Amino acid sequence: MNKIEFESKEKIKKSEEIIKKILKALGFISVLTTLGIVFSLFEETILFFKDISIKEFLTGREWTPLFQPPKFGVLPLVVGTLLIVVISSIISIPVGLGSAIYLSEYAPKKIRKILKPVLEILAGIPSIVYGYFALTAITPIIKIIFPQTSVYNALSAGIAVGIMTIPLVSSLSEDAMMSVPDSLRFGAYALGATKYEVIKDIVIPTAFPTIVASFILAISRAVGETMIVAMAAGSTPKMTLNPLESIQTMTGYIVQISMGDIPYGSIGYRTLFAVGSLLFLITFTLNLISRYVIRRHRRLY
Amino acid sequence: MDITKRRKFKNRIFHVLTFLCTLFGVIILSVLLFSILSKGIKWLSLNFLTNFPSRFPKKAGIYPALLGSLWLIFLTAIISFPIGIGTALYLEEYAKESKFTDFIKLNIANLAGVPAIIYGMLGLTIFVRLLGFGRSIISGALTMSLLILPTIIISSQEALKSVPDSLKQASYALGTTKWQTITGVVLPYALPGILTGTILSISRALGEAAPLIVVGALAYVSFIPKTPFDQFTVLPIQIFNWASMPKKEFQNVAAAGIIVLLIILLGINSIAIILRNKYQIRIKD
Repeated sequence: MNKIEFESKEKIKKSEEIIKKILKALGFISVLTTLGIVFSLFEETILFFKDISIKEFLTGREWTPLFQPPKFGVLPLVVGTLLIVVISSIISIPVGLGSAIYLSEYAPKKIRKILKPVLEILAGIPSIVYGYFALTAITPIIKIIFPQTSVYNALSAGIAVGIMTIPLVSSLSEDAMMSVPDSLRFGAYALGATKYEVIKDIVIPTAFPTIVASFILAISRAVGETMIVAMAAGSTPKMTLNPLESIQTMTGYIVQISMGDIPYGSIGYRTLFAVGSLLFLITFTLNLISRYVIRRHRRLY
Repeated sequence: MDITKRRKFKNRIFHVLTFLCTLFGVIILSVLLFSILSKGIKWLSLNFLTNFPSRFPKKAGIYPALLGSLWLIFLTAIISFPIGIGTALYLEEYAKESKFTDFIKLNIANLAGVPAIIYGMLGLTIFVRLLGFGRSIISGALTMSLLILPTIIISSQEALKSVPDSLKQASYALGTTKWQTITGVVLPYALPGILTGTILSISRALGEAAPLIVVGALAYVSFIPKTPFDQFTVLPIQIFNWASMPKKEFQNVAAAGIIVLLIILLGINSIAIILRNKYQIRIKD
């Protein structure tokens, strides 16, 4: 007869402990990542601010770090980013919210089953493809309407960023609306409300915090979007609100510099990190706000 | 018009409006796919897949970028998969409710919202310079792994949460240890969900260009990467490069590149869906 060997209790306990420690260490990698981001951004940024005053960086109206004389005012990049954010929001917010309302409230189950995956595909397309689309399809159309438009312009990039962020707004908002309990809807129907009235007065107000959070997340995504603006928005940092002109965003600048040969340790190399830090702080703040909005207003039924 | 009619009319208008919003996405998707297909399909050929990039649009090929992308995806997958699942296991199965656990969870949620290009700067500082891996595939893969880890962790957590407690209790009742329960019961049940989430995240890494540009992937590569420490380019960067060339024909070459990229993405996503449908264990409580 075979003798069954049992491992001693101590041995089992020990190996279980080791496994737990390994898993905990893996969990710690995410903390290290955050520390790494902060360290890598701020180290060079601090060096940057040893040469250039924070005031000049934040209030200067010219950004020509690689020309003579170099000017380090980040505002043109911020304005460029803002322009993209505004244009993209004009598209993503109403269209995304409209899609969410349709899918959650109006669409028959069958149609919903077809349309929802299509929107998900839209979310899965790489941003480089949207950039190409902006450059080769959207810009030519804009040029037909406004012939003075330059080849690279904020409008076409902004539209593409807007299209890309539609699914973000629609899926989050739709989830929020779907989680509004039917009892609330039926209560309103029982009073004779039309579907539009139920949506306007019951569903949207109830889901409002998450809907707002989805808008903020879309804005945050637009701020950080890179390849579309690098391809279609141009590379001329400019203080302009004219969407038909070539501009440059913070992300666009980072790409432009990364493509070139900037020597390590030079002031040009450090601008990369100064702009990156600003970008990080802006998106981080936006994400915090959106989380706060959701948390603060979470209602329980 | 009396009031009821007006209210009903408003409702109808709103119905149509929201439907048009949804339709907008569908139309854009079709236009986008059509415009890319119509520009690029003629340029697709076996030569396009096996040629090196060239100054002449007709001779240009995607071979080094294709290999670079495959290398990158392969390495990213083997780095991020164990770390992602390990973290998710720790958070769902081991971690007790504590400030430290909350901190890790909050931290992961924050990381998910950091723009991809910022990860590129992390990679440039830590992997390229500090650890001295240079502008190599391994630097790119490590960067991409950190980029997709938050999504892998979050989706794996969801999959682990879906494992019914009754199954775990039954396993414990047989006298198994925690790890035996995890490997014998929890993981087999949750694996399809974990894999789906992981594969989708990895497919995101395949389409991402910005962080790799910062890490220093090349725009023009005339050699084949042989080891993880070689320099490289990937499909999206090659496409970016072609699209920004002044010669008009290169835009069509870029479109052909996009078609290849989209086909690979489609393939990967189909695998994820098949896995989910085929291996999903359904247990009724």
